[in-house]
Amino acid sequence: MNRALLARLNDLDRRWIFLAMGLSIAIPILLKLRFPEYPGPMARATFDAVEAVPEGSPVLISFDYDPASAAELQPMASALVHHCASRKLKMVFMALWPLGKQQADRTIESVLKQFHPGYDYGTDYVQLGYQSGNEGVIKLMATNVPEQYKTDAAGTATSTIPLLASVRDLSAFKLVASVSAGYPGAKEWVQYGNGPMPDAFSIVGGSTGVQVSQLLPYYPKQMEGMLVAVKGAAEYEMLVEEKYPIDKPDVIGQGRVRMGPQLVAHLLMIALIVLGNVAMIASRNRGGAR
Amino acid sequence: MLQRTVPIIILCASGAIMVLAYFVTAAVSWSETVNVWFNVLAAVAFVLGAGNLLKVNLEKISSQRPGWGYSAITLAAFFFMLVVGLFKVGAIPDSKYPGVRLAGNYETPASPYGWTYEYVFSPLTSTMFAMLAFYVASAAFRAFRAKNTESILLLATAFIILLAQTAAGMFLTGWIPEDSAFAFLRLDWMKVAITEHIQTAGMRAITIGIALGVAATSLRLILGVDKSYLPRGGGAA
Repeated sequence: MNRALLARLNDLDRRWIFLAMGLSIAIPILLKLRFPEYPGPMARATFDAVEAVPEGSPVLISFDYDPASAAELQPMASALVHHCASRKLKMVFMALWPLGKQQADRTIESVLKQFHPGYDYGTDYVQLGYQSGNEGVIKLMATNVPEQYKTDAAGTATSTIPLLASVRDLSAFKLVASVSAGYPGAKEWVQYGNGPMPDAFSIVGGSTGVQVSQLLPYYPKQMEGMLVAVKGAAEYEMLVEEKYPIDKPDVIGQGRVRMGPQLVAHLLMIALIVLGNVAMIASRNRGGAR
Repeated sequence: MLQRTVPIIILCASGAIMVLAYFVTAAVSWSETVNVWFNVLAAVAFVLGAGNLLKVNLEKISSQRPGWGYSAITLAAFFFMLVVGLFKVGAIPDSKYPGVRLAGNYETPASPYGWTYEYVFSPLTSTMFAMLAFYVASAAFRAFRAKNTESILLLATAFIILLAQTAAGMFLTGWIPEDSAFAFLRLDWMKVAITEHIQTAGMRAITIGIALGVAATSLRLILGVDKSYLPRGGGAA
């Protein structure tokens, strides 16, 4: 390798790398690049788990993330809510993360109210909001939901909300879904929610890419389905949209939109790793030749 | 007495009840009470956290240590959100109780609290998370080197996962029939093999190890063998 080029590579200003990464993300977003996705077994299992819930059954959706992870998790949360609403399931929203309630509110506004205006608060869905206590919240809900949530997020007594009137413990739900960015999240739902009553309800989880290794040991037995990062969201979106099409795919199709920048960014990472190694090997050879 | 004996009694009783409730139905209501206490304590931890945030940042400002300006901004933002959230400043009146200001909705972007959350806090935290991509790219170029067998294995795994997590995986190897003898060359096949077999096996071992450790530590705490959480020296006991 040319000595000058090698020197430039070894002393490459990291701002060039930042620029390359910025462009690799910005250009696909601006050009709205989309690539075909092929649903994998985990996304299919999640889809099937929701499909298996009888129409009109109550499901619990826990928003266990905050805006920092929303770019990765919001697409799957939106697709999940759209899927549940399309199946006419009754949804109970809650959060183990302090800012999860706001994420659930966003989803209710952008998905439920926009695409399923027939959904009524109190009979078709309820927003319970955030409660402190992490796994303690799950543990108490496992045996006594009304004790944990005496009111919904707006302060209405849960005993007066029709959807929650017959809910005594977690076994009242046919499915529990946790979209989580870490602790507490899907792992805690398996350990403390599903653990004491493994056959009472199914659990599906959505997670960030970095968290997935913690959840893999629970799939597919304790967790029936799992959506991993934007890729999982994109695959799940495809399955949902195929069966329950919507007229504005940009809201539910955010996972696929984000796969464009992800592809280019991943290719850039590979190129950078290769380039870095080529520079290292060339430097080593040059040093050895002297 | 107050500093050592009472905490030990509370811990032992609470722990024993939680274990008992798993096997004895009659103890479930006791465990629910313990859980309520736990959740209340977790809420109190937020107050302690806020107090600690105040203490640390006020100390930094008063001693004018390097970066004290950031501490001032932190505290200003903290008090702003606390006041507009706690007193529901600019809350949108509730249709049922229009005369009761505190019944209003303060989380909508139309109110100061909701607006700050939606247009300041949310973009800022997303930006912080997104910046990781830039640092990871820089680190990939400088640190991800094939220096020995282990790092070569790591590199190969990274390449497979990076490609398989995008449409590139199917584009490159999707043409290999899934039921053929060469299906193992498909990137999606390799990704599943790595994550669901190699990675899961390792993680399962770690998880079981952690679980055993937690069980052992919990038992030591419940039986009063481990008292490391208590103040040293006995205090006013």
